[in-house]
Amino acid sequence: MVTFLDIIISGLLLGGIYAVTAVGLSLQYGVARVLNIAHGEFIMLGAFLTWFLFTTFGINPLVALFISGLILFGVGFLLYRTLFTRLRISAETPGAFEGNSMLACFGLLFIIQNVAILCWGADIKGYSFLAFPVSFWGAKFSANRLVTLLFALVICLVFYLFLSKTRLGKAIRAAAQDPETAGLMGVRINRVLALCYGLGALMAGFGGALISMSYNIHPTMGLEYTMIALIVIVLGGLGSIPGSLIGGLVLGLVGSIVTHVEPGLALVAYYVIFMVLLLVKPSGILGK
Amino acid sequence: MGIGNRTFGNTPAWIAALLLLALVAAAPLYAGVYTVILMISVLMYMVIAVSWAFFSGPTGYISLASAAFFGTGIYTSAIFGMVLPMPLVILLGALASSGLALLVGAITLRLKGIYFVMFTFGLVELMLNFILWWEVTISGTTGRVVPPMSNQTVFYSMLGILVVLVLVVFFVRRSTYGLALQSIGENEEAAAHSGVHVTAIKITTYAVSAFFMGAAGAVMATRWTYIDPKIAFNPLICFMPVLMAIFGGMRPLFGPIIGAAIFTYLEQYLITRFPYYYMLIFGAIMVVSILYMPEGLLGLVQKIRIRIREKQHANS
Repeated sequence: MVTFLDIIISGLLLGGIYAVTAVGLSLQYGVARVLNIAHGEFIMLGAFLTWFLFTTFGINPLVALFISGLILFGVGFLLYRTLFTRLRISAETPGAFEGNSMLACFGLLFIIQNVAILCWGADIKGYSFLAFPVSFWGAKFSANRLVTLLFALVICLVFYLFLSKTRLGKAIRAAAQDPETAGLMGVRINRVLALCYGLGALMAGFGGALISMSYNIHPTMGLEYTMIALIVIVLGGLGSIPGSLIGGLVLGLVGSIVTHVEPGLALVAYYVIFMVLLLVKPSGILGK
Repeated sequence: MGIGNRTFGNTPAWIAALLLLALVAAAPLYAGVYTVILMISVLMYMVIAVSWAFFSGPTGYISLASAAFFGTGIYTSAIFGMVLPMPLVILLGALASSGLALLVGAITLRLKGIYFVMFTFGLVELMLNFILWWEVTISGTTGRVVPPMSNQTVFYSMLGILVVLVLVVFFVRRSTYGLALQSIGENEEAAAHSGVHVTAIKITTYAVSAFFMGAAGAVMATRWTYIDPKIAFNPLICFMPVLMAIFGGMRPLFGPIIGAAIFTYLEQYLITRFPYYYMLIFGAIMVVSILYMPEGLLGLVQKIRIRIREKQHANS
């Protein structure tokens, strides 16, 4: 019984992180139409910035999380205003923009990874934060992972409220449905799309910061998280925040169950789920 | 654009192409070992880029599964290289690859746009992780040794594959089959309504394109001699052909070839000259070329030509 509880709870802890990163990617692809292959590199940057702020200046990682998130928001916003807006305007069809922007992201992946290696070296890094055990119902966990889950849930909730309750959120949802008509209705479309890409980078930063609190980090960790985020958004349905949250938690559970049975197969299981889902129900588990 | 034309009439381009081929084919006679090894990589990327563009160019389905097909060839070579003669191994690698493509094609080609892209990339990662797990837990190895071939043999095998591939692409494009393929990219529904067997054509083309990638992988394994899943299913192989084809220009047959030559040389040059900044510079070149040359190098040349002609026209 204890092992069962162990598996469920560690799955939820993992899932919380997956959910945060997937919400970011979902926004970038669902609204800004950029399939951000470099999403994982933003996550990696968030993790390294948090690690750097903590180990060098002694800033509490829970505070550093917001600093690195904001920095990445700025980077993402500017990238969209310059690079992607140009690509979007010059592309003949939305399909051409999706293809070109994906390739540009692949270039970005190279650049960001190299910059990180130049700044911080290629070694595995980590720090210890809130690493004391907490136990409930007989299962023991380190406190940092519980804090991580709590933060992940709060971040998703706040983000959901932002999108559903504010004027800006409404503009974003309008842009997701039909960018041209939204533009005609007075939504400043270039700014809103850039904002979405920036917010995606912000969530990647948050996710990375949360990852750094309980896992080791290294400059080439990105692609794996990109793929996981992709799987989660397909699982939950493109562009849906509750979907991403549920998808993330489900995938985390699957990961933790499979890891318990056969440790090397977690990623394989993710891809099998991903591919079966793409074939059977590409609109996601919550999709119509 | 020479061979891109619909007529055989462009003789100068043909002669130039044959001369270039002769010059390349004679390379082991006059060039040093380093140059031959570099040319093997160039030829390898040319094969992958041309096969990629053969399917994805006209149909518009962006496939990121190149590494899966290439890696299948590599693994065939690693498994059968010891027991079978090399030409048979290459053929087997090619067939295994196209078998995989038939399977993938049959189940995925109804996926549209980005879902197809995601699926093909997922396939590569799935194969990588599954074989990694298999090697570590079931067979207890972390890599395989492939019996080596001499650089010359590798060089000529790769060149042979490229020549066959170019001929296949050339003749297919001029056939009604090629036209049908083109029509799928322009408007799939209209093509289906005018009697084109859309699914059959897409799957066959996908398998043919995988055939050559598999053959290239089987040959390349003998050059690398040691392989493991991370070498065989390198995600770089998924993206490089896309980039090379776009950089060179997708439409003309020579586009991906030129793109592959330039990018492979560039990669080697940057790795040796700027080992610490190589990825940074390479990434920046990728971004810049996508930004400023969405039609590719040949598209850019054509645009400049048209502009010059217009200017002459205006002056006269």
